[in-house]
Amino acid sequence: MFKIVEKRILNDSMTLMAVEAPYIAKKAKAGQFIILRVNEFGERIPLTVADYDREKGTVTIIYQKVGKTTLMLDQLNEGDAILDFIGPLGKATELEGYKNVAVVGGGAGCAIAYPQAKALHGMGAKVDMIAGFRSKDIIILEEEMKAVSDRLIITTDDGSNGNKGFVTDALRKCIEEGAKYDLVIAIGPLVMMRAICNLTKEYNIKTLISMNPIMIDGTGMCGGCRLTVGGKTKFACVDGPDFDGHEVDFDEAIKRSKTYFDLEKEATREYNCRLMEGAKNA
Amino acid sequence: MPNMSPVKTPMPEQEPNVRNKNFEEVALGYTDEMAAEEAKRCLNCKNKPCVSGCPVGVRIPEFIQRVAEGDMEGAYQIIKTTNSLPAVCGRVCPQESQCEQKCVRGIKGEPVGIGRLERYVADWHMKHGAPEEFDVKPNGHKVAVIGAGPAGLTCAGDLAAMGYSVTVYEALHTAGGVLMYGIPQFRLPKEIVQKEIDALKEKGVKIKTDMVMGKVLSVDELFEMGFEAVFIGTGAGLPNFMNIPGEGLIGTYSANEFLTRVNLMKAYLDEYDTPIIRPKNVAVVGGGNVAMDAARTAKRLGAENVYIIYRRAEEQMPARKEEIHHAKEEGIIFKLLCNPIAIHGDDDGRVKAIECVEMELGEPDASGRRRPIAKEGSNFEIPVDSVVMAIGNSPNPLIRSTTEGLEANSHGCIVVDDTTMATTREGVYAAGDAVSGAATVILAMGGGKEAARSIDKYIQSKHSK
Ligand SMILES: Cc1cc2nc3c(=O)[nH]c(=O)nc-3n(C[C@H](O)[C@H](O)[C@H](O)COP(=O)(O)OP(=O)(O)OC[C@H]3O[C@@H](n4cnc5c(N)ncnc54)[C@H](O)[C@@H]3O)c2cc1C
Ligand SMILES: Cc1cc2nc3c(=O)[nH]c(=O)nc-3n(C[C@H](O)[C@H](O)[C@H](O)COP(=O)(O)OP(=O)(O)OC[C@H]3O[C@@H](n4cnc5c(N)ncnc54)[C@H](O)[C@@H]3O)c2cc1C
Ligand code: SF4
Ligand code: SF4
Ligand code: FES
Repeated sequence: MFKIVEKRILNDSMTLMAVEAPYIAKKAKAGQFIILRVNEFGERIPLTVADYDREKGTVTIIYQKVGKTTLMLDQLNEGDAILDFIGPLGKATELEGYKNVAVVGGGAGCAIAYPQAKALHGMGAKVDMIAGFRSKDIIILEEEMKAVSDRLIITTDDGSNGNKGFVTDALRKCIEEGAKYDLVIAIGPLVMMRAICNLTKEYNIKTLISMNPIMIDGTGMCGGCRLTVGGKTKFACVDGPDFDGHEVDFDEAIKRSKTYFDLEKEATREYNCRLMEGAKNA
Repeated sequence: MPNMSPVKTPMPEQEPNVRNKNFEEVALGYTDEMAAEEAKRCLNCKNKPCVSGCPVGVRIPEFIQRVAEGDMEGAYQIIKTTNSLPAVCGRVCPQESQCEQKCVRGIKGEPVGIGRLERYVADWHMKHGAPEEFDVKPNGHKVAVIGAGPAGLTCAGDLAAMGYSVTVYEALHTAGGVLMYGIPQFRLPKEIVQKEIDALKEKGVKIKTDMVMGKVLSVDELFEMGFEAVFIGTGAGLPNFMNIPGEGLIGTYSANEFLTRVNLMKAYLDEYDTPIIRPKNVAVVGGGNVAMDAARTAKRLGAENVYIIYRRAEEQMPARKEEIHHAKEEGIIFKLLCNPIAIHGDDDGRVKAIECVEMELGEPDASGRRRPIAKEGSNFEIPVDSVVMAIGNSPNPLIRSTTEGLEANSHGCIVVDDTTMATTREGVYAAGDAVSGAATVILAMGGGKEAARSIDKYIQSKHSK
């Protein structure tokens, strides 16, 4: 069992948790992830290591409540424990040698992009961070992102923060204004990552993306996380999760991500009903 | 007087059309009377040919004599001296190519049902046997075992019995390896595997799950932590694909994923959250135990038509004969001498058909089996909504790639000395599928036993210097 030592609500749909996992905290690097299982009947879901404290032995995760498992996780509080917490999995992002990087995050993807920006910043690279959200009230990690970037640009789809637009618009503007990036890191929904990759292809800038296919074991055993990258089959859990965005077959990945769409929607609906029943009876 | 019946005492089984809709065990096991009757078919041969067919040398005629005498506990103790998982082996060993193949009764009829008797004895012990007394003096030495499959568990058990303090590190949330995540409930009930694991814990073996070794701890770190030797039993869990068009379509599974969702993650039980596609028409590609298990599982999930697609003929199928027989009884359709060349999907990216070519057998290849050759222009399609690839697994590279000085061959199998199981790295031993590539439970166990002996020798000699 893995104890939750901190729980912080970031916005209506996103929560941060610091979890006691000393072995993982000792080894984790930016770009890696963990897999957790809330209870005996639960699914195994992957979440990025958003931060870690090697001394305290804690690992921080940030999750968006999108379905049954993340809703169930959200029912737990400080002092409670998670049944299984496995990691660090995947390859660490290779950040060595880059001097001028744009880190682009979309919504919950900002939680995954943040540790990369932090690591790059720590290595002395110049970091522009571009973070996109639907609207102002769901902006997360603003202070944290500001602290690790030379420039932070936050866009909102509805313009409620005074900067309307998509992250692609912001990135294009930076590039046209003369930023000479040797790397772009893009993390967020698949369609957003695809849009960024199409843009950076025009300018021939190397682009790393973090893929999030459906996973079970995270050790290369099930092959469920496979993707086509540069025409070859790759397992995201051991060969990734980072890949060269210009090589990834997005169409296939987007289709595969919908494999259990109906089953998940139904499970989430049922679970929400039960939560409401519980609230009514309490 | 021995029982001279030319056939084995039949084992009661669930009816094919009943069992192909549930996950309960197919073969129900002998009653006391049936076991006594079958035991009397053994001639207690002086030269014991059967024993030479068993990879761990179970003292077969001796235990069968005890069964005939009604001394089940005595029989169990005899088996236990060489086989630490008899309830498992009695169920899943390919007896027809091992112990029973060598049995003299097989010359003029069916061999003695050695596996069935072994299973009977082990089940009897689980129900009626006294809990094992365990009183071994700790010898003060620590050994780490990586992987909790049959190889690792056997090695751990043997070392614990010699007084070692053993810690097993397992990547998944459950110990047992393929016995838990691969072989289905209807062939090997998970409760039986769990009992074996609990018995190990009682012997003092510590089992740490959720530990992906090579990631969370390296072999070098284990030595720094005070372990004097390390055993690697990480199996062959990396699924192969055919690299044909369409393997990325929704509904295409590796057998590992399909079986893991059902066995380990219990997708067949409502109270578990695990999603799985419940296909109407399924093609399972392959001809081994894994393919049979996937096909029979798909049937139990409610599939109407389940096809096994295999590129050679039935005689060449590597699966146990009993599994092939059971699969046919349950209505699995065999498409032999067929090879898939593409999987086709609809606009949403979901599988809608598998395209195959017919094959014919040519000259024998390196493995001695006649090589299948495609017949020009024989393409045909089978409409399916799911395809399960069961064409073999390779060793997982996680440990290899993070341990310096550990040699592997071109297939990714860890190189060991055949007799001692010592790897190319001092103090590190390995056995099971990680060494041999996908093989059998009993071979993995045998290797684990051998390694335990070698580890003991290694540590003792280090300290007597
Ligand atoms: C390497 C990696 C890192 C990730 N990091 C984060 C993170 O830091 N924060 C975060 O909020 N989310 C992250 N995700 C996504 C997260 O795993 C899913 O949101 C989560 O599994 C949803 O589960 P659910 O039961 O709540 O929702 P469901 O209703 O089951 O599913 C909702 C969505 O999640 C996807 N999903 C479902 N099960 C899995 C699974 N086992 N593996 C992957 N995706 C799945 C579905 O395709 C669907 O799009 C990451 C995914 C991967 C692969
Ligand atoms: C579906 C199926 C059906 C089969 N049917 C039969 C049968 O009927 N009869 C028969 O004799 N054989 C059968 N086999 C083969 C048999 O199961 C294997 O040969 C046997 O399990 C090998 O044992 P092992 O201990 O070497 O490896 P495994 O059983 O594979 O166990 C290895 C363990 O190591 C763990 N591991 C891997 N990497 C790491 C890591 N880095 N850190 C920590 N832990 C790790 C794995 O999670 C796993 O638990 C079948 C196999 C399958 C897949
Ligand atoms: S362990 Fe397997 S091969 Fe050996 S006697 Fe038992 S069933 Fe036969
Ligand atoms: S060969 Fe057959 S008959 Fe002879 S001892 Fe072995 S099991 Fe009995
Ligand atoms: S999650 Fe199973 S192989 Fe990647």
